[in-house]
Amino acid sequence: MQAIFTEAFLIGLLASMISMSVPILVAAVGETLSQRSGVLNLGVDGIMLSGAFSGFAMAYFSGSLWLGLLAALAIGALLGMIHAFISVTLGGDQVISGLAIAVLGGGLVLFFFRAFFGVTIVFPRVKGFQPIDIPWLSSLPILGPLLFHHNILVYIAFLSPFVASYFLHRTSLGLKVRGVGENPAAADALGVNVGNVRYLCVMLGGLLAGLGGAFMSLALLNMYVDDITAGRGWIAIALVIFGKWDPAKTLWGALLFGFVDAFQLRIQGLGVRIPVHLLFMLPYLLTLTVFLLMRKRTQVPAALTKPYNRGQT
Amino acid sequence: MSSILFSLGGPVSAVLLAVMVGGVLIALVTESNAITAYSVLVDGAFGNLTAFTETLLKAAPLLVTSVGIMVAFRGKAINLGAEGQLYMGAIATTWIGAFWRDLPAGLYVPLAAIAAMIAGGLWAAIPGYLKARAKINEVITSLMLNYVAIYFVDFLVNGPWRDPAGPEPQTPPIVAAARMGYVIPGTRLHTGIIIAAVCLFLAYLLLWRTGLGFRIRSVGSGPDAALQAGINVPATIVLVMMISGALAGLAGMGEISGVHYRLLPGISGGYGYTAIVVALLGKLRPLGVTLASVLFAGLVVGADSMQQFAMVPASLVLVIQGLTILFVIASDAAVIRLRPAR
Repeated sequence: MQAIFTEAFLIGLLASMISMSVPILVAAVGETLSQRSGVLNLGVDGIMLSGAFSGFAMAYFSGSLWLGLLAALAIGALLGMIHAFISVTLGGDQVISGLAIAVLGGGLVLFFFRAFFGVTIVFPRVKGFQPIDIPWLSSLPILGPLLFHHNILVYIAFLSPFVASYFLHRTSLGLKVRGVGENPAAADALGVNVGNVRYLCVMLGGLLAGLGGAFMSLALLNMYVDDITAGRGWIAIALVIFGKWDPAKTLWGALLFGFVDAFQLRIQGLGVRIPVHLLFMLPYLLTLTVFLLMRKRTQVPAALTKPYNRGQT
Repeated sequence: MSSILFSLGGPVSAVLLAVMVGGVLIALVTESNAITAYSVLVDGAFGNLTAFTETLLKAAPLLVTSVGIMVAFRGKAINLGAEGQLYMGAIATTWIGAFWRDLPAGLYVPLAAIAAMIAGGLWAAIPGYLKARAKINEVITSLMLNYVAIYFVDFLVNGPWRDPAGPEPQTPPIVAAARMGYVIPGTRLHTGIIIAAVCLFLAYLLLWRTGLGFRIRSVGSGPDAALQAGINVPATIVLVMMISGALAGLAGMGEISGVHYRLLPGISGGYGYTAIVVALLGKLRPLGVTLASVLFAGLVVGADSMQQFAMVPASLVLVIQGLTILFVIASDAAVIRLRPAR
């Protein structure tokens, strides 16, 4: 039990927390963008899985991690585009469309994994993104190994909430996004192309979810296993609400979940006698608990899940 | 009659289109021939009596669960937690069947059924209550509870309920009196299929022949209007979630009492999620849901044959499921969009 409080354990735990929060973080930032434009995308988990697998497969067969990453981003954007087509162009039910994409994504990766790799006990691996030391900063005591010794995707991921927040609140395109999400009719009257803005946001959301998935297979685990995301896509959707639809605020939620993930992993390694399956439940129970504590929902984008039809009020 | 055909047209075309895309995937990605693969699938699902009863065996829990989903969706409650509710029903059934040793023989099955329905119903009541009282989105809450329930089963079969008699993580078997009887001798088809049919009929009566059903459907069409009309919307939401959960729990009971006779990890294999696809494909109507259940049960059973004999991964069925829903809603939406302006 005392082992928990050694410096080595704590630093390792916190560094793990940072890595493990990345997938949920970028997926949540992407989903926030999508929802701010008024489109709910429940397919995040399926898109993350697709990104994880396609990124892995491309990297495995081509030998290039960056090609793998590119593949994951492209697949994510493509799946986002399908959702946008059904939700925006056709005005279909966003909830069901998102669910269908989650199911489809999950099924496609299972199928392609078996088709490409066969039924195997030894899961294929790649040499993933390696940590990069930021000069000088990474030799700081404690903070050095904690914050400045991560791979490049982590640095990108932690910049993303701030970039997204800046985009939403300080650029004119971001203003259009917010307008489209709150009052598409007014935005339309002012000359904003509602459909295009929504397509952009949903596709960006898909792209970021794909990035989150690719991080899991190409940087965190360096391999691909079935159900690699273990429901993280759904937690990411919850994080959007915790962050009150502000991308920068999703960072705290992501770190919290990263902490719980890292904690349950490391506590097992210490031989602490908590049944492992109860530990596995922690992230999901945590999501539920935080949901219970969230009461004020006034920041919901007003047009969320409502398709926009020009000419209808 | 023509309206039934018309409403069948969309789902049937969606399935056919999804199957065709699946065929393209088979051709592109595997070394198999799509026609061969699909004929192995159909043969594996419906080719002989054993195959057909295996299909019905899978159709029963699917049907019961999707009837529950149908009820919930009709009340605009998006119950994604059927999988977890099924697991809770399975846990309750095992508790009665394996750990209560000295009950009168005839009592086991009804008691297990009731316990399973209570367990599933209460598990579903959690997201239901959160939605009714605090407007908390039931999609996420019901999903999170799935993971909790599944890990809870893992915990039980590896820990306190583990059968010391063998190496696998599983509970001791339930007593013989707790098993459900066979409907067709020589096959594995148990009375669960009859229970499923009864549940379907009762749900039909509830939704379309009672005042409560009318209120449920009103909430489903427009909760604000229903509120104005004096309907107790929060209570209705909790009620439909509980009914939905109870039915999923009953499906879990069927898996323990009729098929496995003990609790194992992964006992459901996705019935809770497939049931959502089935309910949507069946357009939330009893006949549609029945046909879709048999179809998807056949797909799952046939896919195993397909994987074994035609070397096509069984997960193609999941792809077909996802594509089917996409095509169904795309066509629904397109029909509305393309309607000429009035």
